[in-house]
Amino acid sequence: MSDSTIAVLLLWSFIFIYSIAGSVDFGAGFWSMVYSNDRYTRAGKIANRYLSPSWEVTNVFLVLLVVTLYSFFPYAAFSLGTVLLIPASFILILLAIRSAFMVFAYAASKYFKVLRWVSGITGLLIPGLLVSVIPITLGGFIGGGEEGHYLLLEKFLMSPMVYAYIAFGLASELFLSALLLGDYALEAGEEATYQIYRRNAIFLGPMALVAAIFTTLTMQYEAQWIFENIQKEWSLFVFSLVFFLIGYSALWWPKKGNKELLGYPRIAVVSVVIQYGFATFAFGRAHLPYLIYPNRTIENSITNSTLFHELLISYIVGTLILLPGFVYFWFLFMKDRNYLRQD
Amino acid sequence: MTSVDQVVLARALFGTSLGFHIIFASLGVGIPLMIVIAEIASIITKNKDYHIMAARWTKAFAVLLGVAIPSGTIVGVQLALLWPGFMEIVGQVISLPFQIEIYAFFLEALFMSIYVYAADRLSNIARLISVILVAFGASASAVLITDASAWMNTPAGFRLENGQVVDVDPWAAVFNPSFFTAATHVLLSAYATGAFAIGAVAAYKLLRNQASKLEKAFHQKALTLALIVGFLASFLTALNGHEAAQELHEYQPLKLAAAEGLFETMDYAPLAIGGFVDPETEEVKYGIEIPYMLSWLAEGRFDAEVKGLNEFPREYWPPAYTHTLFNLMVGIGSLLIVISAIGLFMFFFMKKPFPKWMLWLFVLCGPLAMVGIETGWIFSCSGRQPWTIYFMQTTDEAATTATGLGLVMVGFVSLYIVLGIAVILILLSFFKRRPLLKDLSTKGEIQ
Ligand code: HDD
Ligand code: HEM
Ligand code: HEM
Repeated sequence: MSDSTIAVLLLWSFIFIYSIAGSVDFGAGFWSMVYSNDRYTRAGKIANRYLSPSWEVTNVFLVLLVVTLYSFFPYAAFSLGTVLLIPASFILILLAIRSAFMVFAYAASKYFKVLRWVSGITGLLIPGLLVSVIPITLGGFIGGGEEGHYLLLEKFLMSPMVYAYIAFGLASELFLSALLLGDYALEAGEEATYQIYRRNAIFLGPMALVAAIFTTLTMQYEAQWIFENIQKEWSLFVFSLVFFLIGYSALWWPKKGNKELLGYPRIAVVSVVIQYGFATFAFGRAHLPYLIYPNRTIENSITNSTLFHELLISYIVGTLILLPGFVYFWFLFMKDRNYLRQD
Repeated sequence: MTSVDQVVLARALFGTSLGFHIIFASLGVGIPLMIVIAEIASIITKNKDYHIMAARWTKAFAVLLGVAIPSGTIVGVQLALLWPGFMEIVGQVISLPFQIEIYAFFLEALFMSIYVYAADRLSNIARLISVILVAFGASASAVLITDASAWMNTPAGFRLENGQVVDVDPWAAVFNPSFFTAATHVLLSAYATGAFAIGAVAAYKLLRNQASKLEKAFHQKALTLALIVGFLASFLTALNGHEAAQELHEYQPLKLAAAEGLFETMDYAPLAIGGFVDPETEEVKYGIEIPYMLSWLAEGRFDAEVKGLNEFPREYWPPAYTHTLFNLMVGIGSLLIVISAIGLFMFFFMKKPFPKWMLWLFVLCGPLAMVGIETGWIFSCSGRQPWTIYFMQTTDEAATTATGLGLVMVGFVSLYIVLGIAVILILLSFFKRRPLLKDLSTKGEIQ
């Protein structure tokens, strides 16, 4: 494999990881707001219990994404940096409000409601806005010549495709987080809470699917080239759909020995993650060789090979060193019933 | 080419963002060290006060992280948004520290959560190891980001040929000439700041008359710990700062000349303290001159030649206020050493409670240290002007061409005002709700 292929594979893997982890993180913030009233305290508490230890780690994945982009593809970072000034600043401001207010809410019960509300709403918006960066890379929204690009903001704001992407981001966020929190609740032995999130997931799954199909259709009009490439990847998208069906139906599979409790949320989560994995990979392939259509390809954006190889080595070494930390973290917060069940 | 206003706006915005981030970042480096020390003291002395201390500082630290992390994320993305030209070179030469830093962030974030949310399920040793890893992660991230800044001041590991980056040696860039000194300086000054911030709170609490005996003993312990760490760290900061100044003499003579307001190249150069640099009349107004001192500081000899500003074209001169910034930093450094040394002397040898005025001085040390950090950084970055990468890339070559900076500036400044006020209110409200006396009268089990 060439440097640029490895680089883009890593970049898309990080995008994939963050799209899942970020969706669940922001979604959990939203659910904990929705269920902050007295009737649903358990559902809100489960969301918080997931969120408290994990949001910092999730945020590092976002930073990782940005740093990977500019260390692997500095020339593309140059173009994106100029073009994204306004939208990225907007996202950053929302992100700062969201993270800070969420932390503040834990510390100050006096203002808990307001803070939780603000961080829930801002968090709900962020994934949709992050996803809206993708249509910018598809071409048509960047004006200017060689020296100095700029975002055609008006065109961007008027584009149905952009809103389709935003809707897809929103639906995915809510679907993925409901699914994972359902699993998390069951792991904690809270069946009633599991039912709440299961119901949400059942409602949101088809929404996410419809949004994805709708987004693809809008690309036909605004980014013909990728629409054509996507059709070439049809087999991967079929796999993706199959895993959606497996995961979605797993929410109804009857449990042995417990007729009351429907569904295997763990299987649902894993299948849906695989579903998103296939879809991300397929979309990433369709996007190649462009990082930003039509000027920036992976070939003409990649950094020099000396630096690239050092970066690669440090990724490997760093991951190996940190792996035990992640495993320990997983056992303490995702598996340990003492943590999951406390009040 | 970008217009002048555009560059000024970009600089102002970036400086504001960093100036905001650094407050929380420095405390984020300094406070974990204090927590580690308190945890160790609690294990050694078996005195539960130290355990309570560690727990209360951790609470404050967790709230501060709620601002440090998003503001750091902002700075990280703004680098690419405001300085795309710079990041293009960074991505070809010095991306290693940025990338390794991610691992430091992970380390800190993972073990911070473990330390805070799993504390009741950990053994004493596992808890201590977790918080040591948090402190290590925070310090490592400071070292790594400082590496990038050091490389901007003393670039290495590449050449520019017709605007193209060639001959890249990533590790030579990482170990650029000023890396070790700068990293040490940043770490030590952050440790000093964390200690003095904690000392300031403890001293303030001691000043309040209604505090009970139990509480006073607690705050006195915290203050002593803070003074010891603060004294050691600020003393070492000054020693190492002296080394940093000698490096300026060697690698960035123009910056040193601006810092000292020295116009003519000379041996037996005097040290100018205070006053204002006037580039028109080419002199330092209202300052105090110590003969020969600058030559001595620069090389350890009175007859050492120190380059003056006139050695360089005027368009390369850094702004005149760098002199003031440098004086403020060094002045504050000296004050911190003196105040903490007197404090420790009084505590260990006179064995009487501190008089009120002394406590007020300790309170002052907290904000002073923070001003030291701010002026130090602004000095380092402004003193590099008009270069972003010293004598390689100018600031206007680095800056963005995108329009709408004014609007973005308004957005971020409003954000920092909101967050700044909110974080203070939240900390006050939190500790009001959790009075120390309550912690002291329980077994030391703190949630
Ligand atoms: C509490 C904070 C603090 C204190 C008391 C001091 N410094 Fe400092 N100084 C910093 C905080 C700082 C800093 C914020 O950490 C800087 C900015 C950039 C850097 O690398 O460190 C810095 C930079 C910095 C530089 C510039 C390096 C460069 O631009 O390449 C020099 C020459 C000194 N310092 C020298 C000193 C001396 C002689 C001090 C004597 C007391 C001193 N500093 C105290
Ligand atoms: C251009 C300058 C800087 C950039 C780009 C930057 C970037 C960042 C980023 C991205 C984060 C968030 C990390 C996360 O998600 O956990 C962060 C947090 C932090 N930064 Fe900065 N930073 C800069 C300057 C500094 C300096 C000078 C210091 C130290 C003196 C520092 C110390 C910290 C600390 C201690 C945190 C706390 C959170 C953590 O480590 O997870 N930063 N910074
Ligand atoms: C966190 C503490 C820091 C503060 C308070 C700070 C402050 C500033 C200020 C005030 C400016 C504008 C300079 C001027 O216009 O006179 C600036 C510029 C800049 N700084 Fe720093 N800085 C800090 C750390 C860093 C670090 C760690 C890096 C390295 C990654 C860095 C990279 C830059 C860049 C790229 C610019 C813009 C280009 C330039 O003006 O040279 N800064 N900073």
